[in-house]
Amino acid sequence: MAITLSGDQTIPSAPLSSRLTPAQVWGIVLLAPYLLVFLAFVVYPVGYGLWLARAPENYVALYNDPIFARAAVNTLIFLVIGINIKMLIALFLSGFFAQQRTWIKWLSVIFILPWAVPSIPTILSVRFMLNPEWGMVNHFIFTLTGDDGPNWLNDPTVALTMAIAVHIWKSLPFWTLILITGRLAISHDLFEAAEVDGASWWQKFRYITWPSMQTLYVTCTLLSMIWTLGDFNSVYLLTGGGPADLTHVLSTLGIRYLRLDQLSLAMASIVCAMPFVLPLVYFMMKRLSR
Amino acid sequence: MKLPTLREVATEARLLLIGIPVFLWTMIPIYHMFLFAISPKEDAFSGKLWPDHPTLHNFSIVFNQQHYFLRDFYVQFWNSTLIAAAVGVLTLFIATAAAFSISRLRVPGGRVVMNLALFTYFIPAAFLAVPMYRTMGNYGLLNNHWSLILAMVTIASPYAIWVLKQASDKLPVELDEAAVMDGATTLQIFRLVYLPLMMPSLVAIGTYAVLLAWNEYLYAFLLLSNDREITLPVALGNFLAADDSPWELLMTTGFIYALPPAAIYYAFRRYMVGGLTAGAVKS
Repeated sequence: MAITLSGDQTIPSAPLSSRLTPAQVWGIVLLAPYLLVFLAFVVYPVGYGLWLARAPENYVALYNDPIFARAAVNTLIFLVIGINIKMLIALFLSGFFAQQRTWIKWLSVIFILPWAVPSIPTILSVRFMLNPEWGMVNHFIFTLTGDDGPNWLNDPTVALTMAIAVHIWKSLPFWTLILITGRLAISHDLFEAAEVDGASWWQKFRYITWPSMQTLYVTCTLLSMIWTLGDFNSVYLLTGGGPADLTHVLSTLGIRYLRLDQLSLAMASIVCAMPFVLPLVYFMMKRLSR
Repeated sequence: MKLPTLREVATEARLLLIGIPVFLWTMIPIYHMFLFAISPKEDAFSGKLWPDHPTLHNFSIVFNQQHYFLRDFYVQFWNSTLIAAAVGVLTLFIATAAAFSISRLRVPGGRVVMNLALFTYFIPAAFLAVPMYRTMGNYGLLNNHWSLILAMVTIASPYAIWVLKQASDKLPVELDEAAVMDGATTLQIFRLVYLPLMMPSLVAIGTYAVLLAWNEYLYAFLLLSNDREITLPVALGNFLAADDSPWELLMTTGFIYALPPAAIYYAFRRYMVGGLTAGAVKS
């Protein structure tokens, strides 16, 4: 490194730093604030939490708690079905928004709004829209058909579907935006050549767009899965885990145990999620730190 | 002007067939919130798409704190502002120092710290919340603004360091070398060469951290509980505690709460979209 070669900077100043250059000493000093934050608010809490969750009784208790089993299944449904639907829509819409039209540009500015505004007022707004007596959705159904609409948040299956819809509403713009960036990076010549050859819409997608975006798409899907495991708001603000604690996911379940003052169970339920999380994290870290 | 061909019309129609549902899907929950905010209480529950008598009365109730739930509105607004600003400043300080150290000074062990930060970035925030809540109790910080500030800095920093390191790596080494030849010290390089060149990324990261803290609900609701210490989102959540929640006031307050982040987002959109989406996923 050039910095270490120059002038008086190589003269050792203090015994502690005698084997380090001043630049390296500064490097350590500047890195220290983050290391402190990391030790105090990541290492210590995680270590302490694991220690609290160490007793095997916790896992027996979780295993015997039907709400835990239900939350694990709900989490899987959220991840496998919800995320794939979301990413497929994002892939489709990235093609729509990549079109060069003034009105589509304006629509894309509006389309970002769910991502730009905070969750709590918008999710509560949806919650009221789904209110069986006063909500806009059932008013609309009544005007249209003359029948009362369903009690949306009272049936666990419907309520979970609505929570997934809210999750999609909130995070679709972000992933669409990323996939648009991926699409725009594809060379335009390829499409022109394909058009000369008379390729259909599907053929262009199948042989040009998809191969160039496949890696990005898979990365996005996995990253979205990791983040969705931590999505507390979509479920908690819409259903509160109800009815009868049947719509919990692992992230709201941990907080539920915490609120019931069962900290070891809360930690144990998170430890149970680790077999899902760690392989995803390992894969993502390998990809990102290349 | 040439007339559009039949094929162009058909394409446009197909695009509209996608565009209109997308517009409705995006706007309905937000419009619904706005509709409640401008409706008198009776109209809000009637299911009309536009109130018979639109009014700003709800805003006046909120701004004059004329409801039990709104007693501490200004204090809570101020708490949100203060905490978001503190998180922005602290995250920028910690992440810029770390990125400079790892990328430009090539500090020994820098790569390890980078990987630890990345690992933290991937821990789902709701999972870290449980142990972090208990730890903040051990530190005696519960119900103190510092608990939320430090928690949000912990969550914002890894991504901030990662994005800033990517941006730092793109700056040519020759700049640092030239500055060293001119006799600049490390700190002078940081201040006079590095920071000015990093400005666009710093704006993106600062905005990211501020919005993250302003919008945060889970950590705020776990770590703060006193009515005069809580932030706006927690106050909004508390509205639901009552059996007959004043939904029109809840939506009005929510609308006011959602305006600053939307405004900040649109003001810095150029930086945000470039800086954040490029950093989020490397294909």
